[in-house]
Amino acid sequence: MKAENEMTLTFPSRSSNESFARAAVACFAAQLDPNLEELNDIKTAVSEAVTNCIVHAYRDCLGTVTIRCRILPESVLDIVIRDKGCGMEDVEKARAPMYTTGGPERSGMGFTIMESFMTSLQVTSKPGRGTTVHMKRKIVQRRKNA
Amino acid sequence: MNLTSFLQDKHLTVALRGEIDHHSAKDIMRVLGNKIDLYLPRVCVLDFREVTFMDSSGIAIVISCVRRMRQLRGEVVLRSVPPQPMKVLKASGIERIATLEDERSLVHES
Ligand SMILES: Nc1ncnc2c1ncn2[C@@H]1O[C@H](COP(=O)(O)OP(=O)(O)O)[C@@H](O)[C@H]1O
Ligand SMILES: [Mg+2]
Repeated sequence: MKAENEMTLTFPSRSSNESFARAAVACFAAQLDPNLEELNDIKTAVSEAVTNCIVHAYRDCLGTVTIRCRILPESVLDIVIRDKGCGMEDVEKARAPMYTTGGPERSGMGFTIMESFMTSLQVTSKPGRGTTVHMKRKIVQRRKNA
Repeated sequence: MNLTSFLQDKHLTVALRGEIDHHSAKDIMRVLGNKIDLYLPRVCVLDFREVTFMDSSGIAIVISCVRRMRQLRGEVVLRSVPPQPMKVLKASGIERIATLEDERSLVHES
């Protein structure tokens, strides 16, 4: 599918980049003219995926996080968030609500939130190689002078 | 991390503010835990009025607060939650372990 616009962002897995990453994606998404709830849903889902790269994928090290955003036809925002960290053995198990390997500092609700806040969520992972989270969100086009 | 709080009739009210994510949650969790240990309240009220963003890291904060309050046989109330953090809290079914206080019902009662 041909993208109408796109951007790629690469940054080290420092937790101080969490707020930067969700703000940058929200700025890019603004060209689709989302309402506040749509924008917040996107920010929340991006925050979850980026946090997972930082706390799980690169648990004991610093690595690179890559975000690619595209605007697809019919006002679809397409987001791919990729790490080259530890990966997961069992993605289905990891996506279950409340499942966490992060201890009491994590809630295990990250994937559940990404899934319910976005139109679609696809997760692929290979132990030792890394994880790719692919999310889409359709933005409702409202009539301008309604 | 400087969280504003006040204690009245064994009710500890803590005002959370700004963006709550994994980066900020560590400090909030520690400071909140210390306040509960110090004041031993019967009710811990978390005021979300000035929270501008929250992801699932905030859920872990509420859960740890509920755990600590249960040890004291107390409870947790979530006050003035704006729409974005509310959507995150509801996605996790938080109302099963903490009381969500409705602003309007509060106005009617007083
Ligand atoms: N990018 C990633 N790399 C490696 N493991 C991951 C990644 N994302 C998620 N996980 C695994 O999936 C689990 C569930 O993730 P999530 O639903 O976001 O909850 P939480 O982050 O609170 O643990 C994590 O605890 C971790 O074991
Ligand atoms: Mg997570």
